[in-house]
Amino acid sequence: MTPNLHLWLIPVLPLVGAAINGFLGRRFSRQTVAAVALGFCGAAFAMAIAVATQFSSLPVVPHIETLAHWMRAGAFQADFAFYLDQLSFVMLLVVTGVGFLIHIYSVGYMWEEGGFYRFFSYLNLFMFFMLTLVLANNYLLMFIGWEGVGLASYLLIGFWFLKDSAASAGKKAFIVNRIGDFGFLIALFLLIQHFGSLTFAEVFQKIDAMNPETAGAGLLSTIGILLMVGAAGKSAQIPLYVWLPDAMEGPTPVSALIHAATMVTAGVYMVARSHVIFEHAPTALMVVAITGTLTALFAATIGIAQTDIKKVLAYSTVSQLGYMFIACGVGAFSAGIFHLMTHAFFKGLLFLAAGSVIHAIGGEQDMRKMGGLRTKIPWTFWTMTAGTFAIAGFPPLAGFFSKDEILWRAYQTNWIYWAIGVFTAFLTSFYMFRQWFLTFFGEYRGEADHAHGDQTRAGVPAPHGHGGIHESPAIMLVPLVILAVLSVAGGWVGASRFELFLSPVFYSHNSGHLIAPSSEEAAQMRQMESLESTLTMVSVAAAGLGLFLAWLLYYRRPKLPQQIAESLGGFYTAVLSKYYVDELYATLFVKPLVDGSTRILWHTIDQGVIDTTLDDTADSARDVSDTARRMQSGNIRSYAGWVAVGAAAVIAYMIWVGTR
Amino acid sequence: MQSHILSMILFTPLVGAILLLFVPKDNKDAIRWIGNIFAALGLLVSIPLVPLFWAQRAEPGFKFLEGTANNWIPSIGAGYNLGIDGISFLLIMLTTLLGWVSILSSWTAIETRVKEYYIWFLVLQTGMLGVFMALDFFLFFVFWEAMLVPMYLLIGIWGGPRKLYAAIKFFLYTLFGSVLMLLGILFLYFNHHTLTGVYTFSIPELYKTAPQIPFHYAIWLFLAFFIGFAIKVPMFPFHTWLPDAHVEAPTAGSVILAGVLLKMGTYGMIRFLLPFFPGVAMDTRVRGWMIGLSIVGILYGALVSLMQKDMKKLVAYSSVSHLGFCTLGIFALSPLGLSGSVLQQVNHGISTGALFLIVGILYERRHTREISEYGGISNVMPVYATITMIMFLSSMGLPLLNGFVGEFTILQGAFMENWKWAAWSVPGVILAAAYLLWLYQRVFFGTVTNPKNEKLHDLTPREVLTFAPLVIMAFWIGLYPKPFFEILEQPVNQIVHTVRPNYPGLNGVVNASTQPTMPATEPEALIRAVPPAANAKGKK
Repeated sequence: MTPNLHLWLIPVLPLVGAAINGFLGRRFSRQTVAAVALGFCGAAFAMAIAVATQFSSLPVVPHIETLAHWMRAGAFQADFAFYLDQLSFVMLLVVTGVGFLIHIYSVGYMWEEGGFYRFFSYLNLFMFFMLTLVLANNYLLMFIGWEGVGLASYLLIGFWFLKDSAASAGKKAFIVNRIGDFGFLIALFLLIQHFGSLTFAEVFQKIDAMNPETAGAGLLSTIGILLMVGAAGKSAQIPLYVWLPDAMEGPTPVSALIHAATMVTAGVYMVARSHVIFEHAPTALMVVAITGTLTALFAATIGIAQTDIKKVLAYSTVSQLGYMFIACGVGAFSAGIFHLMTHAFFKGLLFLAAGSVIHAIGGEQDMRKMGGLRTKIPWTFWTMTAGTFAIAGFPPLAGFFSKDEILWRAYQTNWIYWAIGVFTAFLTSFYMFRQWFLTFFGEYRGEADHAHGDQTRAGVPAPHGHGGIHESPAIMLVPLVILAVLSVAGGWVGASRFELFLSPVFYSHNSGHLIAPSSEEAAQMRQMESLESTLTMVSVAAAGLGLFLAWLLYYRRPKLPQQIAESLGGFYTAVLSKYYVDELYATLFVKPLVDGSTRILWHTIDQGVIDTTLDDTADSARDVSDTARRMQSGNIRSYAGWVAVGAAAVIAYMIWVGTR
Repeated sequence: MQSHILSMILFTPLVGAILLLFVPKDNKDAIRWIGNIFAALGLLVSIPLVPLFWAQRAEPGFKFLEGTANNWIPSIGAGYNLGIDGISFLLIMLTTLLGWVSILSSWTAIETRVKEYYIWFLVLQTGMLGVFMALDFFLFFVFWEAMLVPMYLLIGIWGGPRKLYAAIKFFLYTLFGSVLMLLGILFLYFNHHTLTGVYTFSIPELYKTAPQIPFHYAIWLFLAFFIGFAIKVPMFPFHTWLPDAHVEAPTAGSVILAGVLLKMGTYGMIRFLLPFFPGVAMDTRVRGWMIGLSIVGILYGALVSLMQKDMKKLVAYSSVSHLGFCTLGIFALSPLGLSGSVLQQVNHGISTGALFLIVGILYERRHTREISEYGGISNVMPVYATITMIMFLSSMGLPLLNGFVGEFTILQGAFMENWKWAAWSVPGVILAAAYLLWLYQRVFFGTVTNPKNEKLHDLTPREVLTFAPLVIMAFWIGLYPKPFFEILEQPVNQIVHTVRPNYPGLNGVVNASTQPTMPATEPEALIRAVPPAANAKGKK
């Protein structure tokens, strides 16, 4: 007997919270708003835990629960149905767990903000859509979540909508995501057309029976690449990454939850979920791997020149998502999901800690105005230290295990992926420690007295009781500490055990990976193991080199970076300006669209060609009538003349007919 | 036994209009009350139709038939003959709902010539309902023209500064289309006589003979009908009356214009163009042009919409884009495309109707529609801002709201026929997000920069009431569209079957009666029987 886990409640609970706060929150006290938001989000987390306790005893995995029928058009049908397997199980725990922690943190962070209820309503709404995305049983329901998290992200980025840049950033995020959705939608149409269904189980079963596409781009490759276009939009990969750095206009907990830990990983999840398609389409896999590699490197180089503490983390997120796509692209889906999980821990932590720093020094985000905060905000310092070492890939922290696994698997496919990955790891370590040194070491470079909190960013002056640099309240520190512990210990489960757990998802179809090795293979494996440990040492060395360079440049010789920047000249400016990609897009796409629509379509075609033709036709009709009107002059003699002309014409016609 | 529910729905607004004739014109409140009561009554009498129709949704053919063919003017074969199928049912329900909403929204907006306003509005309501119910071409044409006059007056009397230009443009454009359509109707009428010896305007009868017209005549007839309907939709390049008409029309007029009147074009295409001329509709070149114009309309409308400085014009151009999706669905000529198209017509009525109401709310308070006059409105009118956001999301096709279901079905239907059609149309969805979110940012976000906007009051309960049914419908169709698809399944399959007899997997289709029973006549004999006007058209 299959137990009923009431999976539908997991997304719906936060939705209820969103509705309560959205409709009634205006009249609630802050305490009530927080209680409602935390209550419903916490309930979803509790449900996820309850599911976890029962997971091992489920008789059938994937476990599917159908709530209601949704759409049926023609032969194709999509339901409100939920799908629980090892993959969605991991995602479920990550999303509810990290999400709940960030909800707690937000209560402290947003306490003095206007629109407190609105913020939590949106945040709960986000949880609803994200959980729908993760638990969906078919692509269409997944697409609901997919668009929905985009909406929540739009609302939360634009939360300080009084500020024009925030409103613009929200809009940009939504539109760029929609461009990605173009690919997703077309991929869905292809799936319906060829497989008559969007249900995961059905589609994958049919594809599994097909032969892998050996070369070139067949149907599955096309579907795979189109899905990757969608993923590139949501997960901020080249060429659609441009919205994510701007999205940092949103409140910091939003950056942590949506733009680091959960939503942006949706693309990775979607690709991993669709692994059957990708495994049958090597071309699509290669596109994923190359996109991931290039994005990882590209974003990391931009990251080293950023001065805004959140922008560094934003580019770092883009880069780390690139790693996850490398993993997917080389077929190591479980390694990608492993990194997704550890990344959710340490990047969530880093953002929250950055928020705590910003909070402490009154809304300042420029690292050039920080420094020496180590002793002033020790809890923030130590937790952020854990996060920084984790992301840099130092053993035995979480990031080390997941990144090492990705690099190793990448090496087995193509050493170039590995080489770029290692170089990116070095860059990652460098910019992260640059941030660490700039923020916490040296002398404090900011103003002594300052306003407080994000209010200054929102342009609303809010009086604040206690001045000076101060540590955040416990409600913010507790999530930090928990995430720090996870960032340290989250990888200890080990990549191979994680892979084994996920293996029913990823290897049930082509089971070659898990067969016991023969003796010859065993010897080969020993050789591989020694190679693997060599490669591990290389990547740890790269991380160490990054740390050393950062220490040298930003601690030991703080004048040096300026000189280096000057000597690099134009190149440095290009990196600082993010390679002018935004400007390029503006010139290539936005401006022609705007100008063309206004000048050519609206003014020339609409008002020029069509309307002028019409008005001219009307005018000439009036002219003809005007002329004809003159015949009716009221003058008897002219009428007699017309009669004569008419009679003459009739006679002439009759003669002509008669003589023909 | 005949039920008279259709006649009741049809004439309730007209009874109200007649009653209003006897109310003194100075008693404005009495006029408003009576107008609103009859508008609400019009909606109420249509509600019993829902369960009644639902019970027979799967039965083939027209339902709730009233009257017989030729019973009205037997000498020319015109009849008071009503009947509906799933397609007209949905559009009728949309009409009664929007009619009520828009009359309710006029309470404070209309201060001059109140009596005439409500009378014409109720007459308009009857005209529109008649178009969707008529099963007789003569009756159809009477309603079609009858509805033109009140709309002309609504724009011309209660419109904005350029109301006369807009009203005359609207009138001439549509009249031109009507004349072409009339010629087409006459051709079909005489053609029927030639083939059967019977003069009749009965649509079900004409269904049997019209498809026999040989291609080289049928194509001109197709074009005559098509232009008539395409102007109404409006399809690119016949759309330029629409922005002017919308900008000048009073709010309620825009709601009805966008919500219902435009649907007559698409309705005409589905009801007449496809079943009368299946051979032409399936012709590769003709179909290519139809699809091409639809796609151009989608992209063109969206792009021009993006750059508008007047809110109402923006919404008007967005209608061109949205109706492009509807015609795309029609000419995809598949059950998916067609049912998506009808559903999207309903969706457009709900979303764009609401969008015009939204613009009207601001216009009534500030008497300007310039986007640059606004900014930061969500600070002063939060409830209004929330409702606007929901309707914008619905209009841009966000899942769980109505627009997504329609657009997705249409695009899927188009994709199955030719993937390029869908691929070219999807950017319209992206652009919809762009123009609506940009509009939202400029009007609602930021601080209040214009001092005139500081004191705006939020929605009154009456205004909330006008939005409530639209919001509810938007969520209903988004969350549970299944009943709508079920209502549409039978008629849509029937039409697809007529056009493409070999289309696989159609349920609920009647086979025998739709097949031609008469041997095809010599084309020349046919033409000789046709009066000069239609003849000239045929040879043009």
